[in-house]
Amino acid sequence: MSLRVLRRAGRALAALIGVLLVVFVLLRLSGDPSYILLPPEATDQQRAAFRSHYGLDQPLAVQFIVYVGRCLHGDLGQSFSFQIPAARVVMDRLPATLELTAAALTLALIIAIPTGVLAATRRGTRYDRAVMGVVLIGQSVPTFWLGMLMILLLAVRWHLLPVSGRGTWAQLVMPATALALWLMALLARVTRSEMLEVLSQDFVRTARAKGISELGIAAWHALRNAVLPIVTVLGLQLGGLVGGAVMTETVFAWPGVGTMLLDAILKKDYPVVLAGVMVVAATFIVINLILDLLYGALDPRMRRA
Amino acid sequence: MSVSWWPTLRRWMRLPERGWFSGGAVIVTLVLLAGLVAPWMAPHGYDEQDLTLAVQPPVGAGGTWSNPLGTDPLGRDILSRILYGARVSLGLALVAVIIAAAIGVTLGLVSGWVGGRVDAFVMSVVEIQLSLPYLLFAIAFMALLQPSLGNLVIVLVLRSWVVYAQLVRVAVLSMKRREFVTVAVALGAGDWRILFRHIAPNVLASALVVSSFQLAELIIVESSLSFLGLGVQPPMPSWGSMLSQSREYISSAWWLVLFPGLAILVTVLGANLFGDAIRDAMDPRLRGVRAGEVSELPAAAKTSVAPDVVQSAAGRQGARA
Repeated sequence: MSLRVLRRAGRALAALIGVLLVVFVLLRLSGDPSYILLPPEATDQQRAAFRSHYGLDQPLAVQFIVYVGRCLHGDLGQSFSFQIPAARVVMDRLPATLELTAAALTLALIIAIPTGVLAATRRGTRYDRAVMGVVLIGQSVPTFWLGMLMILLLAVRWHLLPVSGRGTWAQLVMPATALALWLMALLARVTRSEMLEVLSQDFVRTARAKGISELGIAAWHALRNAVLPIVTVLGLQLGGLVGGAVMTETVFAWPGVGTMLLDAILKKDYPVVLAGVMVVAATFIVINLILDLLYGALDPRMRRA
Repeated sequence: MSVSWWPTLRRWMRLPERGWFSGGAVIVTLVLLAGLVAPWMAPHGYDEQDLTLAVQPPVGAGGTWSNPLGTDPLGRDILSRILYGARVSLGLALVAVIIAAAIGVTLGLVSGWVGGRVDAFVMSVVEIQLSLPYLLFAIAFMALLQPSLGNLVIVLVLRSWVVYAQLVRVAVLSMKRREFVTVAVALGAGDWRILFRHIAPNVLASALVVSSFQLAELIIVESSLSFLGLGVQPPMPSWGSMLSQSREYISSAWWLVLFPGLAILVTVLGANLFGDAIRDAMDPRLRGVRAGEVSELPAAAKTSVAPDVVQSAAGRQGARA
């Protein structure tokens, strides 16, 4: 058990270092910030002073070590445009993003699992085919376009929901649904196929022979065995959820890390861009680690792996 | 198809005879054709502006047949831009899928066959990449390195190569211990001969299925990046950038929002259906299961090859826009 935890934590650490390296390389490839930040008429002397102030005149290896050291202290650089720590800019926006993703995740799970279970128990029926059709479309719709369509119909045409922004429950409905649909489709599909697999096994036949109702079998015996693969797929797809959140936020002007990121890109505020990427990636890695360890707790067989 | 090389290629790749002529194949082919013949079929040029005809509605909503799907705020014809957009959106995704497949399959073959340190290195790169939220990095990459077609292809290839590498490596590992490989080794076949004559063909069929799912994925990634203004740059039309320009007109000109999005939806749907169809033909047991969605046993525990490898290794995991 402890060896597994250690190995898994080591992998998470490697991923974090990977993030730092990628971010650092991107930052350096993006060019000399003195040309972005100083007015064009600045003298060479002023530029040199600027570079040495930010440590840009040091060798790359030194810069990277200094950079990692700073990151470990929670210092992700200074925002060019706000003149406050970049980490603060990101942290101010993180709750909104977490709220949106959590809402979408909950929505997806609540709808997808019962839908998938029912589709499996009614395999081949009209209901099953309808579900699979919706699933296929749900997996093919770009999240941002779905969001735009929802605004077009629900907000502009029928005035049912507010167009954008954050604060009230009504404002959460559209972004959360738009973000959830793709995950919902995926989870319904996985739940269905896992259930079909489990429902064909011997112990289910035994349960049937004992006279347990179909629904009882599905909910009590089969679903419990189908949960692990569902959790695995969910873990693999979390990255997609993060990407989807960025897109959804832009469409609905949701004040989260995604809109902040795009804003910072327009202003060429690179420390904020990279701090945003870093914070979200780190959060993501930690959540994945927790999920993985939880997986070990859920399935005793995994502890030996 | 009555082409003589086709049956040979099909047998070499262990591809199924049936399953090719699905609705998905028809859709993808039509979109591809639309892109190819755009210069002759499109009623107008993609950047032909006419401000006197700005924001015209489509036929059936008060528009005329000279602009069947209406016009955008610069008076450009939507239908023409969608046709040219097929070139850009599908073309970019296709190019990226082919490059990613070439890189990923090669690395997977080598990694699985050679093993040891090479394998450990390739796989840790794959694992680290898969443990990161892809789109976020794609956005940062495009923003910091300037959006150009070349950079866009690099970003798309980065998304997909890992999927192929993982898939092929798992397949090679499971085939290494099979009799036909042992026999080939015993008969004195060299590494390259075994890899390309005996192992690669067993992997390519699965790689093809993955390719059509990846095509769908990359079309969505490209349109997402273009939507954010970080992909294809104006005046070149991509479905994503068309949607991006339509945002300000969402309350007044619905056709600007509807048609480019439909183009994406239909094409992605086609690619997904095509992948489903070939996979079902290869192994009917997998009907209704999508790659990467089935219980992931520890990869090495899988002993059988080709089709079921698709489900274990070739996920649509990671980025989804």
